[in-house]
Amino acid sequence: MWRDATLVAGRDLRVELRSRVTANQVAPFALLVLVLFAFALDPDGPVLERATPGLYWITVLFAAVLAIARSAAIDEADGVRDALRLSALHPSGVFVGKALAVAAELVALELLLGLGVVVLYGAEPAGVGLLAATCACATVAVASTGTLYGALVSGLRVRETLLPLLLLPVLAPVLIAATRAFEAALVGVVADGWPWCGLLAAFAVLYSVAGALAYGTLLEGS
Amino acid sequence: MEPVVHLRDAVALLGRFPALAGIDLDVRRGEVVLLRGPNGAGKTTVLRVCAGLVPVVRGEAVVLGHDLRRDPRPVRRRVGLLGHATGLFDDLTVADNVAFWGRAYRAGRGDVEAALAAVGLAGRLRDVPVARLSAGQRRRTSLACLLARRPELWLLDEPHAGLDHDARDLLDDLVRRAVAQGATVLMSSHELDRAVALADRTVELAAGTAVGTPAAPAPSADGPAPVAEVGHVA
Repeated sequence: MWRDATLVAGRDLRVELRSRVTANQVAPFALLVLVLFAFALDPDGPVLERATPGLYWITVLFAAVLAIARSAAIDEADGVRDALRLSALHPSGVFVGKALAVAAELVALELLLGLGVVVLYGAEPAGVGLLAATCACATVAVASTGTLYGALVSGLRVRETLLPLLLLPVLAPVLIAATRAFEAALVGVVADGWPWCGLLAAFAVLYSVAGALAYGTLLEGS
Repeated sequence: MEPVVHLRDAVALLGRFPALAGIDLDVRRGEVVLLRGPNGAGKTTVLRVCAGLVPVVRGEAVVLGHDLRRDPRPVRRRVGLLGHATGLFDDLTVADNVAFWGRAYRAGRGDVEAALAAVGLAGRLRDVPVARLSAGQRRRTSLACLLARRPELWLLDEPHAGLDHDARDLLDDLVRRAVAQGATVLMSSHELDRAVALADRTVELAAGTAVGTPAAPAPSADGPAPVAEVGHVA
């Protein structure tokens, strides 16, 4: 399974490197959202400082939906789904590989957006261990959930609009937990953030296992 | 000897509509069988059934010794389907595409390089993104992906479509070489002169539903391919 996951992750990342959709479209979109939030909420006022964790994760989720849609589209290409079914690739390996590739793109986006909130919102990084653990757990949670739902809507004519409609409510617990953990790290007590990080880890494990188990059925059904 | 393809009164649905309504078809190892019939006769569906991509809901369907109704997955890894869709990634190069699918089919690096060379894509075209290729070059890339996996059963759906004269000759030559090495070929084509010359036997499909051969006659080494009788339509 891991060999297949590596193969699929390498393919998706190579497609991304060649097409540059994340670099040229998703990343600028995410930065634009951050800038618009800064315009909407007075950058010199206390509101923006308090809202920084939530705005950061909302922006990550918006950008993640685009990256996930793009990842799902790779396997929507002309006859690729049939070729995957005919291949010797383990469906769980395909799921893990696609989720890994999405996770790699999300990590790059999160670093970029982290820099953005420091520059634009004046956030001061603190509780780095909690921040890193939160990012890691939330990234796996978003990538695995998104890959699963990307497969769920594949083959449908309305998949582009249906994906965010289905995915964002499911990711609401990730948004809440990641925001609370970031609040604890940036402006609160670090110890208060770890339970939220634990919730994220549980979410990540749940959807990773569910995705690995269900992906084969979804591949057959689409 | 057990046939490579054995369909008896096989019924397959596309959605709720019967795409095959009781086909009988036997294909022996080493045979090249041409499926012939008008558009909508069910040629593509027969090929996809044999690949294990379209489920058979009634009747018998045994391919390469495996019951498709029980589990089509063991069959899928042993067949190669060259269909209307290419299965290629536009942003990747020819070599990247063939290498990915080759590894996905557990083919070695040598098989991948040999496949690229066999279809004439080992030169400057190997590093060209598929998006920049012509339709014929895409078809050759798909053929390279099929060659890399060394299938036991070749399922070719309009394989000559989009190919120029030289590429068609190349395809026919590759099919003959594969058969000489023990492969079996089931194909559909509207290029009848070329396909009939390649085939050992022709099976007629009726419009809308499929009919086939009660039993496979002995393959002929020379001369025109025998045409099977039209059988029962369920």
